[in-house]
Amino acid sequence: MKLISCTRGERLKRTTMAAEHNNNALHNGTGLHSDLARKFNKDEDRVDWHDETLWWIRQKRDKITHGIPNWEALREAGSQIKHHTLSNLNEYLVQFEEQCQKNGVTVHWAADAQEHNEIVLSILKKHSVDKIVKSKSMLTEECHLNDYLQHNGVEVVDTDLGERIVQLAGEPPSHIVLPCIHWKKEEIGELFHQFMGTPKGNADPQFLTHAARLNLREKFLTRKIAMTGVNFAVAETGEMVVCTNEGNADMGAHLADVHIACMGMEKLIAKREHLGVFLRLLTRSATGQPITTYSSHFKKPREGQEMHVVIVDNGRSVQLGRESFRNSLKCIRCGACMNTCPVYRRSGGHSYHNAIAGPIGSILAPNLDMKKYADLPFASTLCGSCSNVCPVKIDIHDQLYKWRQEIVKNGYSPKTKTIAMKAMAFTLSSPTRYQIAGKAGRFVLKNMPFAVNNKFNPWYNEREMPAVPKESFTEWYKKNKGGK
Amino acid sequence: MSSRDKILNAVKAAQPDKQPLPDLSAIPLKFDDAVAKFIEVLSTIGATVKRLPKDRFQSELMDDIGEGKNVVNTISEFVLDFASPDKTVAPQTYDNLDYSIIPGQLGVAENGAIWVTDTEFQIRALPFICEHLILVISAETIVHNMHEAYDKIGIDNPGFGAFIAGPSKTADIEQSLVLGAHGPRFMTAYVLE
Repeated sequence: MKLISCTRGERLKRTTMAAEHNNNALHNGTGLHSDLARKFNKDEDRVDWHDETLWWIRQKRDKITHGIPNWEALREAGSQIKHHTLSNLNEYLVQFEEQCQKNGVTVHWAADAQEHNEIVLSILKKHSVDKIVKSKSMLTEECHLNDYLQHNGVEVVDTDLGERIVQLAGEPPSHIVLPCIHWKKEEIGELFHQFMGTPKGNADPQFLTHAARLNLREKFLTRKIAMTGVNFAVAETGEMVVCTNEGNADMGAHLADVHIACMGMEKLIAKREHLGVFLRLLTRSATGQPITTYSSHFKKPREGQEMHVVIVDNGRSVQLGRESFRNSLKCIRCGACMNTCPVYRRSGGHSYHNAIAGPIGSILAPNLDMKKYADLPFASTLCGSCSNVCPVKIDIHDQLYKWRQEIVKNGYSPKTKTIAMKAMAFTLSSPTRYQIAGKAGRFVLKNMPFAVNNKFNPWYNEREMPAVPKESFTEWYKKNKGGK
Repeated sequence: MSSRDKILNAVKAAQPDKQPLPDLSAIPLKFDDAVAKFIEVLSTIGATVKRLPKDRFQSELMDDIGEGKNVVNTISEFVLDFASPDKTVAPQTYDNLDYSIIPGQLGVAENGAIWVTDTEFQIRALPFICEHLILVISAETIVHNMHEAYDKIGIDNPGFGAFIAGPSKTADIEQSLVLGAHGPRFMTAYVLE
């Protein structure tokens, strides 16, 4: 939220005119993670607050998972079911399609984001609909569906409260489960005052939620087409499971004449009984709740209703073929890796300039565009906390490390880093050069620190350097033990 | 080539060697008293839970709802003086519904969820559009965990089914929990013995 170089107040005034433009700027990722994080870090109190809020959610996750004696076995089962499904994905996709058709659901296939968006628009056009409601779907964020539909004259209302808040502000979500985790209630009060006419200065969450409920109820009652995402799609039965706490997916789908569900093809699981494993894992990992309020199983359209599912590839088949990175397709989008990540917590979701932020976003994004997202695998300390909390045991930090190597190999690493690394390799490969460099370094640091500790040296930006030793270990050894 | 065939071919070429499915039998979680656990969990996530003998349910329910409320009852077992779901009207008609009374097929102790299907409630919007949702289950249908729940449900369910655990809620504004986001603001579960 510190992404744009103006205050929130100014931005609020601007949003009505420039929401779309704003959205594009954020979505299209102008800037590196480190630059965007630096902007977020300017407001230290806010960073602390962001950090603490997410850590609190991480602790809630710990508390509830520690109460499940077989938690590790459950994670392992989740991981293996996903592995099994990915290893038979071709057959399960065909089975899922057959079951959907039997259930009276129309199946669409989209090779990429563009095709996905075109399919959705064609369904809207067929029904002459230009206003829709949409519940949470990270896939539609990935495909920039809202922008596309708006350009084609369609009004999209995001109905998840957090998503509605960021939508009104002209921003993308900063977290996959908690879209407006970076917004303070006073700012939301101001936003609602402007867009929904709530009294100025009222920042009571209960009051604001109720105002949004009334405002969105009218949309649910009048929109003819509702879109939803998909949490799990079952090959065996052709059903799609959507999990929400608010009930917004259900309010949309059960009141609309047409329900369009959009899913990345990795959402598939083989059998219905596998839902038992994933519904136990998902919400405990995400928010520390035992289960979401609603776990809705959509199988057939209701009488007189039309139901569509759009199955999207958009780079997933490529990722499936990358042995080192295919595990990332096991992700069930719980957000636990973000809540625990020391970098995410202190840099904010928008610093990742990708629909999916945090550690998991950083291993998914380079598959889509290695050059554009070359910075993301470096936005990590490789501490491994993400891999430890992942409910399907994705080796996230290992993949981050492997992406770094791919990125350097392909020539996409940042220039300053490349030069520094080459200089280091040149120095370290010769003992003489190393000793000379060490001496020179100690001399410079001691006698003219300003030569290195200045704004031209990015190494010093966030670091305080230790005191300079008088001599190297080799020099000390020669003096004390030499000849003995 | 259609996108469908292009995708399926690409997937076939990329997918790893076949991996077996895991054995799920080692995972289940059991409680000393599943009914007590169910009530404890569901109460902590915002619902009111009442455990009572079956023959007292009707009078208790009538007392709880009171006079002059807009109610739809979908339980055929009890003859209650409330409207039944009317499938001939648009679901939007139910916008100002005070109460939906819906039978649950089973309850899950580990998370307080109740399984409901549109075989019973007929109009899919009913559990979501009302202000106060009433779910009624028999204590003997309460299972320990989700694995047992799916074992019991099987795979032949009707067009729509859901696990419901408590009233609609959100914590999107500064993580402050607010009951009644888009769905019911209140939920009461009657556990009958």
